[in-house]
Amino acid sequence: MHIPDGFLSTPVWAAAGAVSAGTVGYSLHKLNNSLEDSQIPLMGVTGAFIFAAQMVNFPIAGGTSGHLAGAVLAALLLGPHGAILVMAAILVIQALLFGDGGITALGANILNMGVIGALTGYGFYRLFQRLFTGPRGGVTAAFLAAWIAVVLSSAAAALQIGLSGAVPLRLVLPAMVGVHALIGIGEGLITAAALGFLLRVRRDLVFPACRPLVSGSAI
Amino acid sequence: MKSVKNRRWIWLGLAAALLVGGFISGFASSSPDGLERVAEDQGFAEQASERPLIASPLADYLFPGIHSERLATGLAGMLGTMVLFAVGWGAARLLRRRQSS
Repeated sequence: MHIPDGFLSTPVWAAAGAVSAGTVGYSLHKLNNSLEDSQIPLMGVTGAFIFAAQMVNFPIAGGTSGHLAGAVLAALLLGPHGAILVMAAILVIQALLFGDGGITALGANILNMGVIGALTGYGFYRLFQRLFTGPRGGVTAAFLAAWIAVVLSSAAAALQIGLSGAVPLRLVLPAMVGVHALIGIGEGLITAAALGFLLRVRRDLVFPACRPLVSGSAI
Repeated sequence: MKSVKNRRWIWLGLAAALLVGGFISGFASSSPDGLERVAEDQGFAEQASERPLIASPLADYLFPGIHSERLATGLAGMLGTMVLFAVGWGAARLLRRRQSS
C-alpha cells in the first residue's frame, strides 16, 4: 500500500510528514534510553528480512496481490519504538533506491505502515496476549494483531487519499479496507508463523514484553 | 547468557533474508497490490506522477542492465536486503554508543 507521488494533496502529505517525523524522533529518543546490546544486530536482521519479505507479493482474490507490511513482526522483535525506526528505514530506502512509494508521500507511508502498523499491532498484541495465554495463545494474538494493523493502516491511507480529493472517501475507504481485510490474512499468517518459529528456536530474540508466559509459571 | 553470546542466528537470519529477497522474490505475483487495484477500479490511478521526482537507481526492484527479469529482481533484492541489514545495524549501534557516553 505504498502511496505514490500525486495521490496526496500538499496539506495532507505535509501534515502526515510532520506527524511521522515527530513520531520517529520520539522513538529515537525512547530507544536512546532503552536499547539493549542484543538488539543491535537484531535491528539489522529484522530490517533486512522485512524488506525482503515485502518483495514477495502473494495472490489474493480477483487478480490482486498483497505482501507483508511487517510492522507487527518488527514490533514483536524490537518493541514498538524499534519497529517504527526499522519500518521508517525500510520505507526511506524503498522510496529512494527502488522508486516504491512517493517522495512527497514518504511521511504518509511511514505513518500508515510504520507508526500506525507498529503501534496498533503492538497494542492489540499485548491486549490479546492477556486473553490467549501460552505460546499457542501468543501465535493467535500475533495473527489477530497483524490483521487489525494492516486493516487500520489501509484505512489511514484511504483517509489521506480521500482527504486529498483524489476520490471520494465514501468510495475509497470501504474498498481499501475490504481488499486489505484479505491481504491482512496473509500478514497474520506470516507474522504468526514467524513468532511461533522464534518462540521454539530462539525465544530470547522475541521482545521481552511480547514473550508469552509459559503455562504454570508465576507471573 | 550462552544464548546471547551465540551469534550464529545473525548470519542465519541474514541468509534467510537474502534467500527471500534474492530468490523467492522472483516468484512474486505481478498482479496489482491492494492500493493499485483500488486506484485502477476507482479511476484515480492516473493521478500518480508520471515522472518520478527522483531517479531511483533500482526502480521497480530491477538491477539495471540485466536482461533476465528474475535475475535483475534477485540482484536488486539482495542489494536492498544488505543495505537494510547495514542501516539497521548501524543505526542501532549509533544509538547504543550515544547511550553509553
